[in-house]
Amino acid sequence: MAVIDHQAELSRAGANVHGWFGGLLFFARRYPLGAIGAIIMILFLATAIFAGSIARFDPFTTNARISLAPPGGEHILGADFMGRDVFARIVYGARISLAVSVGATALGCLIGVAIGLMSGFFGGWFDLLVQRVLDIMQSLPLLVMALVMAASLGPSLPNTIIAIAIPLVPTVARIIRSNTLSLREMPFVEAARAVGMSETRIAFIHVLPNTLAPLIVLATAQLGSAILVESALAFLGLGVPEPHPSWGRMLSESAAEYVRTAPWLVIFPGIAISAVVFGTNLFGDALRDLLDPRQRI
Amino acid sequence: MAAPQAILATGAERRPVAGAPAPEPVLEVENLQTVFYTRGGLVKAVDGVSFTLGRSETLAIVGESGCGKSVTALSLMRLVSDPGRVVGGSVKLDGRDLVGLDEAELRQIRGNDISMIFQEPMTSLNPVMTIGRQIGEALILHQHMSRKAAVARATEMLHLVGIPEPQQRVKEYPHQLSGGMRQRAMIAMALACNPKVLIADEPTSALDVTIQAQILELIAKLQRELGTAVILITHDLGVVAETAERVIVMYAGRKVEEATVGELFARPLHPYTRGLMNSIPRLALMRREAGPVVNRLAEIPGIVPALSNLPPGCTFAPRCTFADEACRAQYPAYAEKRERHWAACWHSDKLPGAAHD
Repeated sequence: MAVIDHQAELSRAGANVHGWFGGLLFFARRYPLGAIGAIIMILFLATAIFAGSIARFDPFTTNARISLAPPGGEHILGADFMGRDVFARIVYGARISLAVSVGATALGCLIGVAIGLMSGFFGGWFDLLVQRVLDIMQSLPLLVMALVMAASLGPSLPNTIIAIAIPLVPTVARIIRSNTLSLREMPFVEAARAVGMSETRIAFIHVLPNTLAPLIVLATAQLGSAILVESALAFLGLGVPEPHPSWGRMLSESAAEYVRTAPWLVIFPGIAISAVVFGTNLFGDALRDLLDPRQRI
Repeated sequence: MAAPQAILATGAERRPVAGAPAPEPVLEVENLQTVFYTRGGLVKAVDGVSFTLGRSETLAIVGESGCGKSVTALSLMRLVSDPGRVVGGSVKLDGRDLVGLDEAELRQIRGNDISMIFQEPMTSLNPVMTIGRQIGEALILHQHMSRKAAVARATEMLHLVGIPEPQQRVKEYPHQLSGGMRQRAMIAMALACNPKVLIADEPTSALDVTIQAQILELIAKLQRELGTAVILITHDLGVVAETAERVIVMYAGRKVEEATVGELFARPLHPYTRGLMNSIPRLALMRREAGPVVNRLAEIPGIVPALSNLPPGCTFAPRCTFADEACRAQYPAYAEKRERHWAACWHSDKLPGAAHD
């Protein structure tokens, strides 16, 4: 029989983890892909926050002399048709992407949680009505929904956030509702009633916290998909309006005309979108494993 | 669980003798009726149950699964959920009828005047909330304590129920506690507001035997210290013999027998009670001292009838060895057959004295 290295096994299970730094190190060793995702997300966040110090050029200033300048030299990622620095526009574009992804996910989750919790916990005619409305919403693809919303609201940053948040609501509401349905039959809910808690208080204090783990995982995954939808909306001309740099519109502006002559205009925003979406998905997957209740011993 | 007779021999002196004056009642239940409106028809889960519970008294409610014990307990707190409903009778707590109260008034009483311990300590605590917070909830709710004061009181309660290192445990989550510890925490939660009545619904059924004894001992000790009246719901006659003063035997939603513990074990007047006692394993049986004839453990033939389809006459008649035409025709009157010993049976006088004689 093989010799068991108890210390190694303990380390693998996270027994020797101390403090928050130790916890981070453990996460990185246990979920290397998740750690890569986390690093990408942190870089994305830092880029958005410190955009002013990272970019050497103003993203709005046009300069006809450097129109369609290739990458390299002073403008490391080149310049677009109007002579605006691509690197600066990508860096500032992170702000839009961050605002849209976080804003839309937060708004969608907030509405979805409220609807799902009420629908699942109190049931009755409200549940029936809400579920049929959600059925209708879910029968439309996310992008089509967002398109209709964006087109009817008109292009602006808050409208883009709303347009992406609303199609998110059914998914969140469904997950919260299904969890709530099983949670409300749990003995601890009965015990809370026996202690004299009101139904509303039980819903918020006992049921809601138990639904947070799947919600966090879902929200992380949605961060990436919100960026994709924003890019798609921008690509179709319905996103955040000019002159604000948006990764999706940078793609759309250049794709048709310059993809052959100046491919860097398409490649670099594309890489930025892919990297961030990839990062959020990796992190979301690791988070799902980490928050699995069977691991919590 | 040890045989009841052995415990009776050691513990009988601390119980009141039959005929002693009944303590002042804290809970008076009169003709309680709870029904379930189901597809299969009207199910009378609790049918005309009456009893009184004296201050700091322990009353046991005994019966097989499905005989209405738990629904009786839930009815007392008006916690029966849809499609069940309390449709008749009264539950008077210190003279105040709980059946007429609305939800808001009931919430004032639940956890404060009457509280409950459940069967499943593993799932009766919220997995994402600390023990201290959960015990504290009742205090914040009823005593309007601050969060900090509630946690301090929760720590005291944990100490009271015999959990070691309460300062540490109060910050822990349920999964960090063993089953017995969790049941202790549940007891701490139920007793935090010092209720007048504690309903323990099979508090030891999910625990192993050594922990069972500890938990029962704890409930008895806290009852002596705090003066709480306890309704103990169980199917285990060993538990009854160890802890209760009076016993109610329920069958198919009705009360079939009621007496003090000593009287009941010495002289069961209902064949169902007798059957329950005979189906307790005894050491004598295993040692073959009683001879080969009784070597097999006795059982009550059949199962509790479906409450939606009760037989006419006595509900126990189909399973009863004493049943005759009279039993099948009419339900027997619930009557005082001996002093403070009631039973609902046509043939109480024909039953042999004690089941274990």
